[in-house]
Amino acid sequence: MTGFRTLLYKEVLRFGKVGFQTVAAPVLSALLYLLIFSHVLGAHVQVNGVPYAAFLIPGLVMMSLVQNAFANSSSSLIQSKITGSVVFVLLPPISYGEFFLAYVVAAVLRGLMVGLGVLVVTGWFAPLTFVAPLWILAFAVLGGGILGAFGMVAGIWAEKFDQLAGFQNFLIVPLSMLSGVFYSIHSLPLFWQQMSHLNPVFYMIDGFRYGFFGVSDVAPETSLMVVATSFLVVSAATLALLRSGYKLRY
Amino acid sequence: MGVAVSIEQVEKRFGRLQALDGVSLQIAEGEFFGLLGPNGAGKTTLISCLAGLVRPDAGRLSVMGCDVVADYRAARRLLGIVPQELVFDPFFSVRETLRIQSGYFGIRNNDDWIDEILANLDLTSKADTNMRRLSGGMKRRVLVAQALVHKPPVIVLDEPTAGVDVELRQGLWQFVQRLNREGHTVILTTHYLEEAEALCGRIAMLKQGRVVALDTTNNLLARFSGHTLSVLLSAGSVLPDTLRARATASEGGWLFRLAGFEEIEPLLRALREAACVIADLRLAQADLEDVFIGVMQGEDERERNALASVTQ
Repeated sequence: MTGFRTLLYKEVLRFGKVGFQTVAAPVLSALLYLLIFSHVLGAHVQVNGVPYAAFLIPGLVMMSLVQNAFANSSSSLIQSKITGSVVFVLLPPISYGEFFLAYVVAAVLRGLMVGLGVLVVTGWFAPLTFVAPLWILAFAVLGGGILGAFGMVAGIWAEKFDQLAGFQNFLIVPLSMLSGVFYSIHSLPLFWQQMSHLNPVFYMIDGFRYGFFGVSDVAPETSLMVVATSFLVVSAATLALLRSGYKLRY
Repeated sequence: MGVAVSIEQVEKRFGRLQALDGVSLQIAEGEFFGLLGPNGAGKTTLISCLAGLVRPDAGRLSVMGCDVVADYRAARRLLGIVPQELVFDPFFSVRETLRIQSGYFGIRNNDDWIDEILANLDLTSKADTNMRRLSGGMKRRVLVAQALVHKPPVIVLDEPTAGVDVELRQGLWQFVQRLNREGHTVILTTHYLEEAEALCGRIAMLKQGRVVALDTTNNLLARFSGHTLSVLLSAGSVLPDTLRARATASEGGWLFRLAGFEEIEPLLRALREAACVIADLRLAQADLEDVFIGVMQGEDERERNALASVTQ
């Protein structure tokens, strides 16, 4: 397991060394969202019986968490592919499983750090409760894991930074912003409610929010099932990709 | 002595390019083996197959008996590769880079050996410098160090001295020769033929993905006669056709391979009879460069003949 531990350590050191950009910046973005939206809507709106600012916070935490988990594994892989330093992890006797786990765990750790940072700086602005902390943790870890693994797929597939940026801007950002971060999907027209049910990030945020307030758009067990299944599917696909050597070993 | 590296009938195609066309080589433990060939001959592809960076379409490769596909983890543990490209991870210092590389190979607390490698490659003063701040030559040394952190029994150096100054080249070769004396098998590709001649006990020459020569360095040198005579003619003198057939154009003059010194006199007579005026004349011992050019030209000729027989 030394190979796995070293690769994980290296991945954490990598984002740690540029922590201002990888952790502090997304925390600031989330704080700005909170200040603007809660200022515009805050005093008047309640969602599922929760004041809007408080409702918004778990969504922002989860959105930042998944976006950064994705960014971590994808940008690490594409950077090392483009600079060529990816050979340093391809030459050693690291198994596919270790390789996968190291990148995903590092992505989850960065996601959790950003998420915790967002929670700490935004928690002052609204009364938060923590009804079911284990649910909070489960959704945070699984959500980060899904996007971390998905980031590996994107990082392996992309050959240029703009391909990865396209992936991020046209898929990850819309999926995470249209997932009920800023609203309850019950406020949407029926068609868009149904569309939201196809978005796995919706279940991550809805289940995550349940952990705070004990209320949610769908049953938390359903969300957990969807999220856990998504994690298994994405992980299996990523492992298959690694084993095939796709775009890493020619 | 066992077999360090076994390569059997390896083939690899990239699109329309047949990069490796049935390469077979057996390299014994403790050998200092040279892999030579022009650009695009398939040297790096072959090494990449050995390293598991490229998957061959056909054939088998093994390192110390471990198949590089079926038993990839064991094979990679036995192999230290210095890649040709000057790559580095910009986030880390030299020591961090080497510690991390040790960990990838499952080794912890490797600082004693890391210190020894750093000293031997004259990197000790740069140990805590970030990789970005190193010169090209220094980065090259770190690449060599990275390949050695796990004391691999088989070391592969893919053009390690490209763009490196004389001082480092000397130091690097001394270190690699020491490792070879201590029992490490060394495989070297280089464009500097005098390096291969001085270091390698046995040499394979590759061309268009095939092995076109494989022998001990001494035998290869002997095969292409002991000496060469280079003749520079004065302006206006034209080499007669009878001589042109056995001459090679070289540096503005002509190069003749001699099987023995008795060939010199008839050659000079032929020049005199053709009224050629000699501007310069040099007798030299054949070196690996002559062998290399001879082998590659021989291959060209063989291809032309093959092509001619097909078109007939």
